[in-house]
Amino acid sequence: MKELVIISGKGGTGKTSITACFATLAQNKVMVDCDVDAADLHLILKPAIEKTTEFYSGKSAEIQSELCVKCGRCIQVCRFEAVSDDFVIDPIKCEGCGTCFFQCPVGAIKFEKVKSGDWFESNTRFGKLIHAKLGIAEENSGKLVSEIRNHARIVAHKNKNDLIIVDGSPGIGCPVIASISGANLVVIVTEPTLSGIHDAKRVLELTQHFKIQACLCINKFDLNLEICGQMEEFCKEKGVELVGKVPYDKVFTEAMIKEQSIVEYQPEGEVSAKIKEMWNKIISKLEGEKNEICNTNK
Amino acid sequence: MKIAVASGKGGTGKSTVSTNLAYLLSQTYKNVCLLDCDVEEPNCHIFLKPEFDFSEPVYVPIPQIDVEKCIKCGKCAEVCQYNALAFVKEKVLVFPELCHGCGNCKLICPVDAISESGREVGVVESGFASGFNFIHGKSRIGEAMSPPLIKAVKKHADLQNFDLQILDCPPGTSCPVIAAVNGADFVFMVTEPTPFGLYDLRLAVEVMRKIGLPFGIVINRSCENDILIEDYAKVEGIDILTKIPDSRAIAECYSRGELVLKSLPEFQEAFTPLVDIIRGSMQE
Repeated sequence: MKELVIISGKGGTGKTSITACFATLAQNKVMVDCDVDAADLHLILKPAIEKTTEFYSGKSAEIQSELCVKCGRCIQVCRFEAVSDDFVIDPIKCEGCGTCFFQCPVGAIKFEKVKSGDWFESNTRFGKLIHAKLGIAEENSGKLVSEIRNHARIVAHKNKNDLIIVDGSPGIGCPVIASISGANLVVIVTEPTLSGIHDAKRVLELTQHFKIQACLCINKFDLNLEICGQMEEFCKEKGVELVGKVPYDKVFTEAMIKEQSIVEYQPEGEVSAKIKEMWNKIISKLEGEKNEICNTNK
Repeated sequence: MKIAVASGKGGTGKSTVSTNLAYLLSQTYKNVCLLDCDVEEPNCHIFLKPEFDFSEPVYVPIPQIDVEKCIKCGKCAEVCQYNALAFVKEKVLVFPELCHGCGNCKLICPVDAISESGREVGVVESGFASGFNFIHGKSRIGEAMSPPLIKAVKKHADLQNFDLQILDCPPGTSCPVIAAVNGADFVFMVTEPTPFGLYDLRLAVEVMRKIGLPFGIVINRSCENDILIEDYAKVEGIDILTKIPDSRAIAECYSRGELVLKSLPEFQEAFTPLVDIIRGSMQE
């Protein structure tokens, strides 16, 4: 079983639209949307939810005013400035560390598990999708990402799928690290803008930091041919394979409005041709990759 | 006054709005500061080309166990909510990358065997560019937690008594966004008229409502699909503050790392409603 992750560093480069195309083109796979704080893949894949699982990430502290002696110890020990002067804990600022709970001399603080989202196993026209909805303003998206990736591996193992396609989130922080760890191949979708290059370089450094093989796709390549050229040079210099160049085209938005992937919406179009060509390169890279992902869950 | 520029979806034009807005405001107000709080992928400096005169690493405290003093009671590992400490085979193991720096273990240790050192999460840099002050944070590659660095960027700005702070926020709806928008007086929510833009805007609106921050919508890449956002805004009773047209010229200008209002001043009109809102609330 192989695991392919699509990330971008910078947001809005077309990562999810391209992932949806891969979902259309790939055989015998499971999809996972690891952009748990702003998941969009389901808008194209239209999943029918089969199973919902509640996600508990951690605990949250609450002062029981009838027991509180207002000694101020909680205010003193909280490093996240979450306790107000009138002894109320701001749930938004609370990081669930429990320091106040353990330090309160009269046991006036409740410290209980909180539900911070749901994740789903669904059926789509392209196969199974594992996706999630993190609760509003909740933390621990990295833990949720790890949980749904783990579940995808179980599903793929059970259904004898040989590929897991993961749509990652923007940035280089906790959900991204949780999305790429242990993957066989990462595709970085970028755009020929100075911001795009800057962010792609940082995300590439991240994949190198974790020793994960990465390749690059330049979306909207004709937006700035000069910067596109610089990116191609950069790839050569760093030995990163450029797997595809996709033109700037309104078809991205049109297909999205029709709730279809681009290769479904306009199968004979230029963009679809470029994406299919890129997909074939990715497949052969994955086939050359020796390491198999094993089912890590107990 | 603090204005946050946020969005659920990435790449909708937050940095375009923040940098150009700060540029425009700096022509009227003397003491403006732009804060790039997207510390994982900071981009504003590309458009501003600031000269940094301050750079300082930011650390999160992590525990260090004094094995001489440790009585192997295992309490530290028991109270740690992040699995950053483990008590295995009569020994305490520390996993610094999981530590949130809360200090829980240090306080619980009955024999005072825990002291603290630091894990670098990134750097804060500040300087001056295009007529205004600029501060950003840049997270260390491999660092999972961005909120401590975002808070450090904001703290650095708060120490300097700026009349006006513009905060460019990270995308998403979880902890980095909360860390960035918290304490803002008003939030400009930048979106694009696409189904992804709308869906993520809905999530971001829920976040702002939960935290209790006032906000309005900016439609970027405005086109014939604006109705998607307009219908939603009407139902929810949210103001659409301005629209920035969908223009290949703007996209190309952005690609070269240029400020739109410097290269294409004809688009100033799209930004003036935002300036007016700020001016209005500064006078109140």
